[in-house]
Amino acid sequence: MVDISKDKFEIVGANVSESQSIVRPSISYWQDAWRRLRKNKVAMASLVFLILLVIMSIIGPHLRPFDYAHQDLFNTNKPFSKVHWFGTDYLGRDLFVRVWMGARVSLFIGVTIALLDAIIGVTYGGIAGYFGGQVDNIMMRIVDILYGIPYLILVILLMVVMGQGLWTIITAMVMTGWVGMARIVRGQVLQLKEQEFVLAAKTLGASPGRIILRHLIPNALGPIIVSMTFDVPNAIFAEAFLSYIGLGIRPPLASWGTLANDATQVLLMYPMQLFIPGFFISITMLAFNMLGDGLRDALDPRLRR
Amino acid sequence: MLNYSIKRFVYMLITIWVIITLTFFLMHMIPGDPFTSEKKVPPQIRQNMLAKYHLDKPLIVQYGYYLDNLMHGDLGISLKYLNRTVDDIIKQSAPASFQLGVQSIFLGVVFGLFFGIVAALKRGGGWDYFSMFLAIIGISVPNFIIATLLQLLLASKLKLLPVSGWGSFKYTILPSIALSFATLSIISRMMRTSMLDVIGQDYIKTAKAKGLSQLQIIWKHMVRNAIMPVVTVLGPLFAGIVTGTFVIEQIFSIPGLGKFFVQSIYDEDYSMILGTTIFYSIILVVMMFVVDIAYGLIDPRVRLAKGGK
Repeated sequence: MVDISKDKFEIVGANVSESQSIVRPSISYWQDAWRRLRKNKVAMASLVFLILLVIMSIIGPHLRPFDYAHQDLFNTNKPFSKVHWFGTDYLGRDLFVRVWMGARVSLFIGVTIALLDAIIGVTYGGIAGYFGGQVDNIMMRIVDILYGIPYLILVILLMVVMGQGLWTIITAMVMTGWVGMARIVRGQVLQLKEQEFVLAAKTLGASPGRIILRHLIPNALGPIIVSMTFDVPNAIFAEAFLSYIGLGIRPPLASWGTLANDATQVLLMYPMQLFIPGFFISITMLAFNMLGDGLRDALDPRLRR
Repeated sequence: MLNYSIKRFVYMLITIWVIITLTFFLMHMIPGDPFTSEKKVPPQIRQNMLAKYHLDKPLIVQYGYYLDNLMHGDLGISLKYLNRTVDDIIKQSAPASFQLGVQSIFLGVVFGLFFGIVAALKRGGGWDYFSMFLAIIGISVPNFIIATLLQLLLASKLKLLPVSGWGSFKYTILPSIALSFATLSIISRMMRTSMLDVIGQDYIKTAKAKGLSQLQIIWKHMVRNAIMPVVTVLGPLFAGIVTGTFVIEQIFSIPGLGKFFVQSIYDEDYSMILGTTIFYSIILVVMMFVVDIAYGLIDPRVRLAKGGK
């Protein structure tokens, strides 16, 4: 044994406050979710793509000196060129500008519908779930009945009554779309409302409105956001579908669906005109779906350890 | 189970009634009447025409007549195709849509299940990547793009199949494939996930330890258990197929119901719109009901849970 003299040691004493202090900053639910999402490469790539898409839909139409509705009948069906980056359509309209105008319309429809669905669905589901009993029973029976109505048929009916247009599509899609959100929120609220913090809030005399808005909804926000991310592509898809059969928005306004529809007339000669809007619809659908999958993995509390 | 079925049946009837009522009153909110665009006729004749179709009565009485006729299966007379009843047109055009629908559901379900099962068994292999690639295309590329591409490649360029129209079996191939894509991708994705769940279970180990053949394990132990969650999405998928026929029939110019439905909107043929809407909705709602009940019947857990109440 090597001799170690005692003077090499020193009593430092126990610093109680230091040993109990929390070294690492605590991470909130959202920070944790963000950290998970960042690790998911596919979801992050989708997020970056969607941000780029939003930026391009804002600045894209101004990058080229053409108006989206301007027809130039001497320059119809032009291929890709330095002047017309994506070529022109059968009326000589610049496709680069029209694609980004289409992005505006498609994204606007998608996001508006998702937001309106969320607002109505969260309110309705929150009330049904919180009050429970007979209120819940009646409210959810109404939801069950609405759930059975095929949305496309309602959209088409409203088109006939209200005339074609952006807001007709949005109204009809929201009328049938909020039902899914209401179901999700109700389920969440039913689970959450038995927890202690709700009891505490009740004891402190918080009104039902306050409990729903300040305590229950924030805790159910994860599933709400995930469901909204899936609502957006569905709405974009529905609009493209309707525009493609000629029941969507009115020309000269462009959406990806109407661009695809215009392209079918010259499909055999100029298939590129269909590929461009088709490509953007597909990749946007893909990005939203992948981001939605990523968000679900990041926000699902059951996967949290 | 019986209680559950009865409850679902009553909901189904209410849903159908709501759709009929909604459709009826929406259609009558449109200004003018069906004869507004006709040639100028003397007011007496016009009055007689209105009276023939009960259009001179208050709305609620008309609603009563409509419900009454509907109960007898009478959807009225088309305003565009003179002297043809909506029933007639539906009877003539529905078989094409029906054939298309059944073929594409068959394609979608069979190949979806196959790809899902194979992908899960050969996880990480070529089949897995191939079927996931198919699934991604199916959820992100709209069916009208797929349809047009198929038309362009296989029919127009390679001339393997007819571009459009309706007649013999070969006319149905391309539209069925285009229509089945979404179903195929959703089913294969779900089947793969649920198969992977099942493969990890202890009873699969037990089955292997008992010395069962690979095929028996896959069929009796894996697929049977994994297929349950897939059945639940069939209802919405049927709905997707049925509405998908609108655009597919348009593209391939198939004389089916979807084409008439879309056309009737262009023509503002109100009794056709009303009739086809109600016909479509009833089919959809009934199919959702059948899938719900079938699920209850297939899955012993659901059956027991509902029966125990």
